[in-house]
Amino acid sequence: MTVHIPSETEAVTSGLATAAGRHFGRPATIDGLTRQSGGASRQTWSFDALVDGTRHELILRRDPPTSAASQSKAGSERSAALDRGTEFRVIRAAWQAGVRAPEVLFELEPQDGLGEAFVMRRVGGIAIARKLLRDPPYAAAREKMAGQLGEILARIHAVDPASLPPLDRREAGHHIASLRGLLDTLGTSQPVFELALTWLDRRKPPTTVRPVLVHGDYRTGNYLADETGVTAILDWEGAHLGDPIEDLGWLCVKSWRFGAVDKPAGGFGSREALWAAYERAGGIKVDPARAHWWEVFGTVRWGIICHTQAWKHLSGAQKSMELASIGRRAVETEVDLLQLLKTGG
Amino acid sequence: MAQDRPTASELLAAIADFLREEATPTLDRVDPRLGFQTRVAVNSLAILEREARLGPDADARERQRLVSLLGREGTLPELNHELARQLRAGERDERDAALMAHLEATTADKIAIANPKWR
Repeated sequence: MTVHIPSETEAVTSGLATAAGRHFGRPATIDGLTRQSGGASRQTWSFDALVDGTRHELILRRDPPTSAASQSKAGSERSAALDRGTEFRVIRAAWQAGVRAPEVLFELEPQDGLGEAFVMRRVGGIAIARKLLRDPPYAAAREKMAGQLGEILARIHAVDPASLPPLDRREAGHHIASLRGLLDTLGTSQPVFELALTWLDRRKPPTTVRPVLVHGDYRTGNYLADETGVTAILDWEGAHLGDPIEDLGWLCVKSWRFGAVDKPAGGFGSREALWAAYERAGGIKVDPARAHWWEVFGTVRWGIICHTQAWKHLSGAQKSMELASIGRRAVETEVDLLQLLKTGG
Repeated sequence: MAQDRPTASELLAAIADFLREEATPTLDRVDPRLGFQTRVAVNSLAILEREARLGPDADARERQRLVSLLGREGTLPELNHELARQLRAGERDERDAALMAHLEATTADKIAIANPKWR
């Protein structure tokens, strides 16, 4: 006797058919389901739902159900990331406020058997930084990108906090404490990061009077773009309330220029062009010293994230050669930090 | 006891060349994900090849600079632990020219191993 054990694709198809049928109020057929990317713990799937002869082009964002043991191992470094349900509500609020974000449609229920997950409409474009920065079809888009990124960011920061689910408030001081805490879990001493964190601690910008929705991971690689420019901002799991300049600094971290080092705004333009577009679209006036502080902060943050990615492998939480190799990228940010602290910009 | 040739660096380079030139093209055809993972492996092997060649001297130089900067003896981890403590406590900062020269030299040696093309 043979027992049929459904493959992951069969299980996802079946769960999606149930959930899509519930959302559309009509039986739904799932077509063309393919896994897009992501590791074991965070998945993106592309599929079409056929409902009454209409084809809906959709995306599933999903955290598969995990065992309690692997969850607690990975828990410490994931505690700052939003769960899928909260991410769903943040993206919905942003979309409703006119931000170029995907249109989210529905969440999956526990009985659908797919873990924490939601479905959104598929948006055209690619996220691959090296193609966007170099390939000929995107030449015209490249000219506009710094301005577009500034405008969209101003809209994100203008989202009414009352429309958002409860989010952590994270100001400069919280961020510094959290990075020092991460350094303490690594078990190796990091003089350059300690130097930079002390530099940051002594120059902390004042706590924001009116904290805004901060995207938290606003950078090249985390949005889709096509020949016309940016089509959708992705990866909202780092969203929190705080200083709007945090997102501007993070976008300009050298690691997100993917080799286009002389174009700080995500590899596409100058800081000044980014700031001007941000201000024109209603963002607050950008103080260059404050933006520099957040760029230094972002550089330390990415360096320490490199170590925590490697630590996922080293601790046994998630065995992966690829994660392990990221540990050796941290020194790139040490080079950049010494340069930033020496030149003041 | 000295090992016979190939040296660690020579053997690592030979493995990396084999994976890059012979294994990767086939893997790309059969399973692009494996092709990508093999490129990651080749990149890591190149780091190890440079580390086998340059690492011991770089570590010795770093330890020597730390002994002179901190005015005490110790192993490399012990000395870096003490320097990190002083930096978090704010006992030294970026205005200390000897400190900055040490950090720049150490970082230059590290990036020469991890990613010499970084700029």
